[in-house]
Amino acid sequence: MGKKINNALNASVRSPLQKDDKRTDRFVGVVLLAALYVVLFLLDNFLPQNSFTLMMIPVLKKGAIYSLLCVSMNLLNGFTGLFSLGQAGFMLLGAYTYAIFTIPVDQHATVYQYFDGGAIQFSIPEAIGSAIGHNAGSWIGAIIAIILAGIVAAVFAALIGIPVLRLKSDYLAIATLGFAEIIRAVFQWSGLGVITNGSNLLRKYTNLASMKIGSLSFATMFPFLIATVCIGIIVLLINSSYGRAFKAIRDDEIAAEAMGINLFKHKMMSFVISSFFAGVGGALLAMYQTTIQAAAFKTAMTYEILLMVVIGGIGSISGSCIAAFLYTACNEWWLRFLDSGHIGSMSVPFFRDGFRKVVFSVIIMVIVLFFSRGIMGDKELSFAGLVRKFKCRKAAKAASVEAADTDANNTKEAE
Amino acid sequence: MSDFISANLPYLLAGISVGGQYALIAIGYTMVYGILRLINFAHGDVFMVAGLVMIYTTASLPMYVSIPIVLVATVLLGFLIERVAYKPLRSAPRMSVMISAIGVSYLLQNCALYFTGGLPQTYPSIPWLSNSVEIFGATTKMVTVVTPVLTIILVVVLVLLIKYTKIGMAMRAVSRDFETSQLMGIKINSVISFTFVIGCFLAAVGSLLYFTNYQSVIPTSGAMPGLKAFVAAVFGGIGSIPGAVIGAFIIGICENIIKGAGLTTFSDAFTFVLLIVILMVKPTGIFGEKATDKV
Amino acid sequence: MSDTKNVLHVENVTMQFGGVVAVNNLNIDVPENQIVALIGPNGAGKTTAFNCITGVYQPTNGVVEFMGEPIVSAHPTGKMKAQYKGENAELYLKNRLINPTPDEITQRGIARTFQNIRLWKSMTVFENVLLAKHMRAKQNVFSATFRGNAKEEKRMRDETMALLEEQGLDKYKDDLATSLPYGLQRRLEIARALATDPKLLLLDEPAAGMNPQETQELAAFIKQIRDKYNLTVFLIEHHMDLVMRISDYIYVIDFGSKIAEGVPKDVQANQRVIDAYLGVAEDE
Repeated sequence: MGKKINNALNASVRSPLQKDDKRTDRFVGVVLLAALYVVLFLLDNFLPQNSFTLMMIPVLKKGAIYSLLCVSMNLLNGFTGLFSLGQAGFMLLGAYTYAIFTIPVDQHATVYQYFDGGAIQFSIPEAIGSAIGHNAGSWIGAIIAIILAGIVAAVFAALIGIPVLRLKSDYLAIATLGFAEIIRAVFQWSGLGVITNGSNLLRKYTNLASMKIGSLSFATMFPFLIATVCIGIIVLLINSSYGRAFKAIRDDEIAAEAMGINLFKHKMMSFVISSFFAGVGGALLAMYQTTIQAAAFKTAMTYEILLMVVIGGIGSISGSCIAAFLYTACNEWWLRFLDSGHIGSMSVPFFRDGFRKVVFSVIIMVIVLFFSRGIMGDKELSFAGLVRKFKCRKAAKAASVEAADTDANNTKEAE
Repeated sequence: MSDFISANLPYLLAGISVGGQYALIAIGYTMVYGILRLINFAHGDVFMVAGLVMIYTTASLPMYVSIPIVLVATVLLGFLIERVAYKPLRSAPRMSVMISAIGVSYLLQNCALYFTGGLPQTYPSIPWLSNSVEIFGATTKMVTVVTPVLTIILVVVLVLLIKYTKIGMAMRAVSRDFETSQLMGIKINSVISFTFVIGCFLAAVGSLLYFTNYQSVIPTSGAMPGLKAFVAAVFGGIGSIPGAVIGAFIIGICENIIKGAGLTTFSDAFTFVLLIVILMVKPTGIFGEKATDKV
Repeated sequence: MSDTKNVLHVENVTMQFGGVVAVNNLNIDVPENQIVALIGPNGAGKTTAFNCITGVYQPTNGVVEFMGEPIVSAHPTGKMKAQYKGENAELYLKNRLINPTPDEITQRGIARTFQNIRLWKSMTVFENVLLAKHMRAKQNVFSATFRGNAKEEKRMRDETMALLEEQGLDKYKDDLATSLPYGLQRRLEIARALATDPKLLLLDEPAAGMNPQETQELAAFIKQIRDKYNLTVFLIEHHMDLVMRISDYIYVIDFGSKIAEGVPKDVQANQRVIDAYLGVAEDE
């Protein structure tokens, strides 16, 4: 009953209201984003450090980075329908590019201690810093290195794409996964150690979390800023003619081709762009972690991002972002108690190291099996839509109550 | 020449042995793919769980009891995974089933992490298999010799089973055409379950042999052999059992020769290079059949 | 027909899958501005012929010309050389192989519809038609993402709207394409094909699943779009009355080979066609 009314209302009011909806959503979105940045600014500079903020800030940073990684994966898997499992490889490329080009020259001897100080003897932030001052140089240099990280990942994607994008769904998955593993092996190879430091850690590269402008810190805000810009670009892309072409390829490849869409070109485009942002995400992750090692960029990392995308809803940008934050928060904060062995002061028998992960994977399986549409399905979060839905539900409830009343009255009268 | 052989013989032997173990896992992949068109990402983890079960059962039970327990438990696990994680998604898009498989793999790894506490568990040495033996002047474990022989025997039995029994015929029919065989009254669910049972049984045997060589089990122990076995299946032509076996031996041998050449970092990467080359040159693998999509 | 130009010229096209010859030495000419039909019983190879023209399959042998230019050119290669059962292979052995992808064919001005409707299911009616314009747009991915193509996008949207209005689909523009009734989905598919600005329209069983009333409307509709957009139409159809009513010329194939051709009246009277459709009793 309620559903029927809901549908009817939707159908009748849909088109005239849609434009208004968009406007409301855009407005609400901008307001919320602005509010978010104010909060982040306060968090970075004026809030006291206590156990609460100490838990929350890493979650926020990591959540922002994973949002970007999820959205970039969703562009490929959700919107273009290409099941690729190469995300970790492209993140690795981005992270390493960023790290290699921002390690200060005087630190090379320590970082590359087994490789005679390495082959690359310059750092982008320093090169720029020498011209315009250390602090500004670090900021601009880091941003240039982040963009470079994306470009390197994108170039590799273009090379890899030529052979693999002609493959069908599951073969594509396994081939991209294979490429990620090859990249990981190559980066650990001591033959390239003068650049990659072999299987050793890369560290001491520019970390903007410790940089300040005047006396103000932007440690938490910075990853948010980059992620917002990147996700914004992806949203613009998805809503453009090319985004529609991607969806067409997902919906029906044969029809897309018959309507003049060059499959290979568009798949390549999606693959390269997705990898670019995976590279940027990798660079941010490197910055967040302060040290990186190729061995850590395993297939499991790709799986984790994929599962976040699924939880958020395949084909929903807002879903991916929500899921990234939710997942990170549960993983690093809210479900920590499962590992600690006790709730409050009460000790619980099964709670020990690793239990959190078990609970987590069970939750994921439940979502995959029973709520396969995830949090958002393929819809986007819409405030206007939410409000209207709420109103409709109220109206429907009122209507059904009324209907029930009349029914009751009718039966009474009949009696 | 003889120098070359004697220098490489240990690697060659190790390669043949590992190849046989991969073959036993690869059959599970290739059969499941043949019937469900699903890359069962959890298969490698089932293999790992078999290793762990062995460790935990031998802690309190004698070997002749624990080995059957391992086989039965692994088969049950495979059966259960299929019923719980794949069966409800029979009509869902292929991507969902694959994601479900990845979810199961994640679950199994995390459970293993929980039970082992993240520490490598030492695999018990199975008496006869762990004995040293000398062939052509190279010392190796008995398992190296046993593996290829056992693998070939099991594969022959399996091929005969598929060729001459009723359930084997049903399996072939289902892999040809899922829907039509359903309409012809084949009990599709029991065929699929049976496929998983066989695959997991062979994976359990493979794990007995594999871990006897490698001696310790960690939660991610199954991931790499699993992927390699899958590559072997693709290499041989997915859906083809002899293909998977040949592919597995080739991968096992090449991998160990690369290790012997001092390029251990690339022994894993090699497998994937091989995969990409085969997908470029002959996407259907050595023994695969070509399928055309209808427009 | 020598005075009119041929838009499509299919010459000795053979399509062999393994040992099965699905289309055998097919020759077809489609003159400008006419409606030409390809008919035949189920499994005669009609859709395969279409797929050979539109780049979905590469034929085993033969040439397809569009507006006087070769767009597909093939001869048996590799294993097929020995297996080939068709004719005229020697004619093309020296030709360069031309094996286009379907989008290249569409770029040249051949648009098609599908026997089993293939609309993009997650998109609205409007988006389905709008996207068909994507191919001819000058934008690139950067200008499109950063909205540097606003003028072009607006033009495409306006043209799409105009096309939807002409086809009477404008009131459904925000509905999901797959939520339309069957007949309208067919019409939408034709509208989508028209949006690619074709010179030649290939219709694969446009009347499949329609009742006589709808079929009659469709006939008028096909003629109408032919005149309005100055099109040439080549269609596959099962409904004889539709074919007889609108076609200028008919080709009949059975078991992959052409068995008759001519104007509707002649084809209707042709004994081989009648046999192919009704079957021949063995005893007689």
